[in-house]
Amino acid sequence: MARIDMQEVAHSYRPKTQTLHEYALKRIHMTWEDGGAYALLGPSGCGKTTLLNIISGLLKPSQGKVLYDGGDVTGLPPEQRNIAQVFQFPVLYDTMSVFDNLAFPLRNRGVTADRIRQRVREVAEMLDLDSVLNKKAAGLSADAKQKISLGRGLVRSDVAAILFDEPLTVIDPHLKWQLRRKLKEIHERFHLTMIYVTHDQVEAMTFADTIVVMYEGEVVQVGTPEELYEMPKHKFVGYFIGSPGMNFLPCTLEGLFARVNGTMIPLDERTANLARRASGKLELGIRPMHLELHAQAVADAFPVGILTVEDQGASRIVTLALNGQMVRARVPEEHLVPQQKAWLRFPPEKTRLFADGRLVE
Amino acid sequence: MEKWENNKAWFLVLPVFLIVAFSAIIPLMTVVNYSVQDIFGPGNAVFVGTEWFEEVLRDTRLHDALGRQFLFSGLVLLIEIPLGILVALAMPKRGWGVSASLITLALPLLIPWNVIGTIWIIFTRPDIGLFGVAVNGLDLLSVPFDHTARPIYAWITLMAMEVWHWTPLVALLCYAGLRAIPEAYYQAAKIDGASALAVFRYIQLPKMRGVLTIAVLLRFMDSFLIYAEPFALTGGGPGNTTTFLSIYLVKIAVGQFDLGPAAAFSLIYFLIVLLLSFIFYQVLLNVGKGEKR
Repeated sequence: MARIDMQEVAHSYRPKTQTLHEYALKRIHMTWEDGGAYALLGPSGCGKTTLLNIISGLLKPSQGKVLYDGGDVTGLPPEQRNIAQVFQFPVLYDTMSVFDNLAFPLRNRGVTADRIRQRVREVAEMLDLDSVLNKKAAGLSADAKQKISLGRGLVRSDVAAILFDEPLTVIDPHLKWQLRRKLKEIHERFHLTMIYVTHDQVEAMTFADTIVVMYEGEVVQVGTPEELYEMPKHKFVGYFIGSPGMNFLPCTLEGLFARVNGTMIPLDERTANLARRASGKLELGIRPMHLELHAQAVADAFPVGILTVEDQGASRIVTLALNGQMVRARVPEEHLVPQQKAWLRFPPEKTRLFADGRLVE
Repeated sequence: MEKWENNKAWFLVLPVFLIVAFSAIIPLMTVVNYSVQDIFGPGNAVFVGTEWFEEVLRDTRLHDALGRQFLFSGLVLLIEIPLGILVALAMPKRGWGVSASLITLALPLLIPWNVIGTIWIIFTRPDIGLFGVAVNGLDLLSVPFDHTARPIYAWITLMAMEVWHWTPLVALLCYAGLRAIPEAYYQAAKIDGASALAVFRYIQLPKMRGVLTIAVLLRFMDSFLIYAEPFALTGGGPGNTTTFLSIYLVKIAVGQFDLGPAAAFSLIYFLIVLLLSFIFYQVLLNVGKGEKR
């Protein structure tokens, strides 16, 4: 186990890179704490896998350094870094038995036969593979194959970290949930540093204590699931986390109010003061869950037209028209949805402002 | 759903049946027909039963040719398959080198087979051939190199020609097989700390099983049926030392016009190739598939 530091890491797949836009990874500077369970969340193509491959050493970054427990490993290949990585699709050694597959990373490092047998048995037990240990790996089902890949990642007990690159993509949904629980359990038992790449927010939130959100080659926010939900630091985090995503309304600042198409939405003082100093295009952001929908006029509420109501079981998603702007609100099941016309209130303490896509702070 | 009872649908199979009949069954049956008759001339044939088969099976010259054929095909497989794999492993994976090496490798495959024989005759001639003159210029051999002079020289020339001609096919097949291996396998092997040898043994070789099966089958069949190149190069000599089955067969059928024995010989030849191809296929398909204790 080790703490992993990334110092000013940037990477471009092209040999001569001129503009910042061409970088697959733009200046990553962060620390992965020893024993942490991290999720690396972001849309496809945002650089998650690139970042993972730089940590494991499959890729040498164009710029910057990677440190394991303070020691520079930037130039070292993966086999000298002592790191485990599990890939999106099962990678098996077809001609070997399940046992030999699991033992392979240990055998390559000259571990004694007794120790190998012990470790393989432990891992096989964790992943319910004991019954197929002597079978050929090639003939097994897709999820058993992926379990073997996971097992090869877990079999070495001394690795600096285990990196998972969307490892449950090929697994059936109910098994996915089980395996994720299993990984979480393993993390709690052995305090391994785990970095789990995914583009599924639910997967990220159930697995990790800390979520690292990436967008277009940048880490836009690092935080707990609550922090990401309550205080998204980037417009993208607002969109990506939560369902439906945050509402964003272009606005201008007028004193303690945000003017959206002529509607004056009150802000709390801190937000307004911060926004005054910010530059760039201003936008108001609020979670659908935080919007209040009233049947009668109340203070600071604005009349809205109701366009559609989507029943989602425990709650309803109501699409509203506010002065020609589309806004979505999440209304709890027990709450009655008014017909056609309603009043919408923006609680100032939950209303955020974003300047050029970034939270004002 | 109710079963559709219309047996006229069988007529749709008719075109395929006719094509197969004309391309395979009818020509083969004429050979079967010849193999059980002694033909003295047009309209003058006698039914002889299995006599030709017995005679052909007892023919010692045929036994010798069969032995030579096995030696030749065995050597071809032993040299060309490993060499082809090595060439494929050494080929560049990206950049201009890929097209360059692919075209270079494909060149021998584009030359007509009897032209290949002619090329090698000229190449190895002791008086004007580049190879012949060069080797004899070194003055290392007790008998000057000339592929018509000694059986061993004839075989060396034949094998060199065969390897030059067909190793590219094996290499191209293996290269295609190697390129089809997903990058993740190599990445996983790096993470697992596998050596280059282990990568070859546990990833590349198993993943090439399909193309290697095809390569072995093609090279076995083609080398077992080889005719044009040795006919052009050595004509079966010196003596009978490079007389392979097909050369011997043509001698009987066209040279001596013994159609009955030639037909019987053809059928036996065909069955040997079929049987061996089947065995190769089964072995390669199932190798390494059994369960471990």
